[in-house]
Amino acid sequence: MLEGILGKKIGMTHIFSSDGADVPVTVIKTGTCYIVQKKTLDKEGYNALQIGFCEKKDEKVNKPLVGHFKKANIQPCYHLREFRCADIDAYNQGQKVSGSDIFKVGDFVDVSGRTKGRGFTGVVKRWSFSGGAKSHGSMFNRAPGSIGSSSDPSKTYKGHKHPGHYGNERMTAENLQVVAVRLEEGIILVKGAVPGPVNGILEVKRSVKKASKR
Amino acid sequence: MEVIKNIESEYLRTDIPDIKIGDTVKVSVRIKEGEKERIQPFEGVVIRKRGGGLKTTFTVRKVSYGVGVERTFFLHSPGIEGIKVVSHGKVRRAKLYYLRNLKGKAARIKEKS
Repeated sequence: MLEGILGKKIGMTHIFSSDGADVPVTVIKTGTCYIVQKKTLDKEGYNALQIGFCEKKDEKVNKPLVGHFKKANIQPCYHLREFRCADIDAYNQGQKVSGSDIFKVGDFVDVSGRTKGRGFTGVVKRWSFSGGAKSHGSMFNRAPGSIGSSSDPSKTYKGHKHPGHYGNERMTAENLQVVAVRLEEGIILVKGAVPGPVNGILEVKRSVKKASKR
Repeated sequence: MEVIKNIESEYLRTDIPDIKIGDTVKVSVRIKEGEKERIQPFEGVVIRKRGGGLKTTFTVRKVSYGVGVERTFFLHSPGIEGIKVVSHGKVRRAKLYYLRNLKGKAARIKEKS
């Protein structure tokens, strides 16, 4: 079984479960992906599949990459990512795959993506410092406060929480449950939020910590 | 957005009557107690409707033993067995929050003729 797939965040909504509960979901379009390359134990030393997602025109790709996609006899793709796969023989090069084939309702997945960039950010937003009072004469509003001791040690310790660049980094949302699967569109609905903006590229993988019921 | 609309449309209920602000409605709420399921009615005045599509909610207010009680429901929730419009009220506002400050006779709403 393929361990993961590429997808695109479509947006969030909510649906109702069978017992009437309101479930917040993220809609992820996980198809159509293509199997661009098979990596085998004999040749590369491990079993994996290289997945391509979002087709693009031939002239937008340099010649070595065109050749790479030609081998699988498919249109070049914007995004290439590798996922481990134990039973590699079940898949063919150039084959179409989508997340709705891999994941079933009730499965748990980890979703990785690039978070929204927030630029240079203060400590209240970046590290959830509580800050001071907004009014009543308080002159300590959103400042970081003390960053260490005095002449001993005469320095600020490394790794101390400061203002700085926040966001636009890889993040993984773990143990999200697949609530619904739409086969014909290659769409999966995952409970809760995932990193990144709408139209952001995501990796949807089988959960590492929580085993899916099979 | 088209995709999300399609997904939401599958969960929309078609058996819900048209509720207007000021209507007196009887909402039959499904309540689960362990294994058993029973239906509890909640009757009162619709004081608010908000959201759109699948996200539409409405708030029903009633006075129970002298205490004002408000419950907000998702219009399309499967937890609602059914909604019955008891009477149409004649109101001039979209949100009837003023009812919270009124008691007894003053809190009545004229029926639409």
